Amino acid sequence: MPHDHHDHLSPSGHPYRKDDDTPISYWQSMEIAVRELLVEKEITTFEEISAQIEKMDARSPAIGAAVVARAWIDPEFKARLLENGSTATADLGFDVGPMHLIALENTADTHNIVVCTLCSCYPRNLLGLPPDWYKSRAYRSRTVKEPRKVLSEFGVTLPQSTQIRVHDSTADMRYVVIPARPIGSEALDEAELAKLVTRDSMIGTGLALTPNA
Amino acid sequence: MMTPISEDKVLNAGTKVRIRSIMPPGHVRAPSYLRGKSGVIERAIAPFPNPEQLAYGLPAKNQMLYRVRFSAAEIWGKAAEKPDDVIEAEVYAHWIDELDTVDAT
Repeated sequence: MPHDHHDHLSPSGHPYRKDDDTPISYWQSMEIAVRELLVEKEITTFEEISAQIEKMDARSPAIGAAVVARAWIDPEFKARLLENGSTATADLGFDVGPMHLIALENTADTHNIVVCTLCSCYPRNLLGLPPDWYKSRAYRSRTVKEPRKVLSEFGVTLPQSTQIRVHDSTADMRYVVIPARPIGSEALDEAELAKLVTRDSMIGTGLALTPNA
Repeated sequence: MMTPISEDKVLNAGTKVRIRSIMPPGHVRAPSYLRGKSGVIERAIAPFPNPEQLAYGLPAKNQMLYRVRFSAAEIWGKAAEKPDDVIEAEVYAHWIDELDTVDAT
């Protein structure tokens, strides 16, 4: 499941994207027209658009990992994060923008996993751009119906005694999973802990890494 | 005909509800696999402008957004991997009927 996309390989073995030789679509021309009009009318500039794209590209799961690591070491922060994900994250100095965030805590008997069945809603301010598989029909349709099978394909097998909670991100909220703090991480500092927090562990398709594994 | 919960009423966590079983065309935010299914309110989040009106550039009324919790058994029946696994989704008030007030028709 995580690698169900099909890379094209050149004859010399390099992955490449096929040339997009199809005619421009209605919505593509609409986007170009609106963008050029906004610039022509001096509402924005091409520089501003590029800067915004760079800002979006600069976001990465490291932001979410820092939030999770803080929650692991600071119970008072974790309580605030569970109470209101957006304000708690903003308090750490991260730009949450208009994002409404709900944090979900994995415990000894509960495992949370996030999906958006309707489209591909994702906490981009916290995790950057979503992986391709998150947007695939397979992940979106299967995760609500057979989460255990999907998890097993990510290498995560949970006991029957663990309740799985699938969160369908259908509307205005965005979700981040606080993975369980791994055994053996007791002596680590905040920065070392953050390195154990993977993107997938914050989507719920993975677990936090075990130290020195 | 069932009526949706009134606009000024906010349902508390734990209230039993059913998602309306209607199939309107266009941009709607209630996934069809949840329609007609019963669950409980997990929490009332906040009112948001109705995205089903926003999508068409219409003036959008604020609608209360809820998180509703369903059991895997309620949604998938015998096909559920584990009956007491849980699915939680955000659903707007105008898609929700409070179960206790639903008449027998």
